Amino acid sequence: MSGATNISQYSRYNAKVARSRATSEPAWIRWALIGVSLAFLTLFLFVPLAAVFTEAFRKGYEVYLNALIEPDALSAIKLTLIAAGIALPLNLVFGVSAAWAIAKFEFRGKSVLITLIDLPFAVSPVIAGLIYVLIFGLQGWFGEWMSEHDFKVIFAIPGIVLATIFVTFPFIARELIPLMQAQGKDEEEAGLVLGASGWQVFWKVTLPNIKWGLLYGIILTNARAMGEFGAVSVVSGHIRGLTNTMPLHVEILYNEYNYAAAFAVASLLALLALVTLALKSFIEWQTARQASDNEKRTEE
Amino acid sequence: MATTIRKHRNVLPGFRLSLGYTILYLSLIVLIPLAATFLKTAELSFAEFWAVVTAPRVVASYKLTFGASLLGALINAVFGLLTAWVLVRYTFPGKKIVDALVDLPFALPTAVAGIALTAVYAGNGWIGSLLEPNGIKVAFTPLGVVVALTFIGLPFVVRTVQPVLQDLEAETEEAAASLGANRWQTFRKIILPAVWPALLTGFALAFARAVGEYGSVIFIAGNMPMVSEITPLIIITKLEQYDYTGATAVAVVMLVISFLLLLAINGLQWWSSHRHQASR
Repeated sequence: MSGATNISQYSRYNAKVARSRATSEPAWIRWALIGVSLAFLTLFLFVPLAAVFTEAFRKGYEVYLNALIEPDALSAIKLTLIAAGIALPLNLVFGVSAAWAIAKFEFRGKSVLITLIDLPFAVSPVIAGLIYVLIFGLQGWFGEWMSEHDFKVIFAIPGIVLATIFVTFPFIARELIPLMQAQGKDEEEAGLVLGASGWQVFWKVTLPNIKWGLLYGIILTNARAMGEFGAVSVVSGHIRGLTNTMPLHVEILYNEYNYAAAFAVASLLALLALVTLALKSFIEWQTARQASDNEKRTEE
Repeated sequence: MATTIRKHRNVLPGFRLSLGYTILYLSLIVLIPLAATFLKTAELSFAEFWAVVTAPRVVASYKLTFGASLLGALINAVFGLLTAWVLVRYTFPGKKIVDALVDLPFALPTAVAGIALTAVYAGNGWIGSLLEPNGIKVAFTPLGVVVALTFIGLPFVVRTVQPVLQDLEAETEEAAASLGANRWQTFRKIILPAVWPALLTGFALAFARAVGEYGSVIFIAGNMPMVSEITPLIIITKLEQYDYTGATAVAVVMLVISFLLLLAINGLQWWSSHRHQASR
């Protein structure tokens, strides 16, 4: 439901179709269409992206740097790294395990399971935060027990981690399921017949086959985990220096009219987004190259 | 389940472990917490529930959320199709970078998108300062909500239509041309029907994403009750007033609508891939 575009889609992108004059447009229409499309993208994408960096440096490098190294900003950066650092490995193990069960075996209710895995994409981030407040909040199911044992989830780090896990839940599984389904299980079976153990087959056969898809899922998960705002905002309580992640820190600074600092922190997140897109393009290029290599090999 | 393995003579190990872990993790993180919202709502009688979810301020927020989401998704359907077309069919300098940047709304944190759009479309911003003298106010009005929701839905249509356009056979277009069709007729009669399911899927994905969106909207919306307040913000406001049941009631309405959208999208995707495969 969300950002997940499958890399498998890109494998055919390189094929160029030669077009005759009958099946292409006159030059002036071509350029007009390109112009309209670029104007649209400029208004909605390029200008806002440029604005992040311009606003961040509006008051000079010193203000910019100071906004990044003040204690509250540093603790927000640290908390963002912690939340992503916990959510990512957990969703990674889940994604691989779900893809293994779904792609390599037949069982009843498989399509229902796939739909359920997609659920977090369909749920508003605000509701993703709300569900954990209902369970772990003071009025929630475990609220009383937890306040007796002095264990806090809501308005504390565990809640932020949980909300982050929820919103990034499907990314890796969604990336791997179609990929592993397409690859089938012949190679794994061959490995087993040759006497390898289950784990050996997984590490030596399956993992190398899915490495690009896995990496793709990881960078998408990471980008979302570090940037999540709505869900985290509900469970965080916005305690400065304690439960503020980077996006929440941006919000607080912005609401205090401290625009230069808000955009300085925002520019770090925007940079992360650009690195994510660059890695994504690199992986797509890699898989496209591999696919065309494979095609050539089968043709020979 | 052990019997199914034997029946299919599947020699791969780890079925019960991986499926068991998948279901356990899914239940703990997603299913049980989501069920909590429905149980919490059960604390209200139906009359109370109905009063909460049809209060005038809440109804105004539905109208804004769904209206703006629909408009944003429509804008994306038109310009997303155009962008996919331009990226697949034409070459121009910087095309690869443009193609990669289309995914920016997936990667850019929503709060960053929110403050950036606000800065650009506010009265003193780069675009806002051009529009406002002409009487068009974007930031802090419902129009601002549409702009934010267009931004976050932008990649969906492009990325669903792009592969279908890529796979379109040149032969059908050549046949149409040789039978005397002009380009516009070919587009309407040959190309558009082929990409239609994908276009609809992309539209539905953009719409569904927009309905739940929070981060990018609250900065640019102005958040005036009855005018520019979206439904997710209503939930947050109720939570901040410790009205947990009220917040949950509105959340349940949104959840049900989201689930219906998810089902519709699954159906559309099935149709789309079915058509896509059949045409090849």
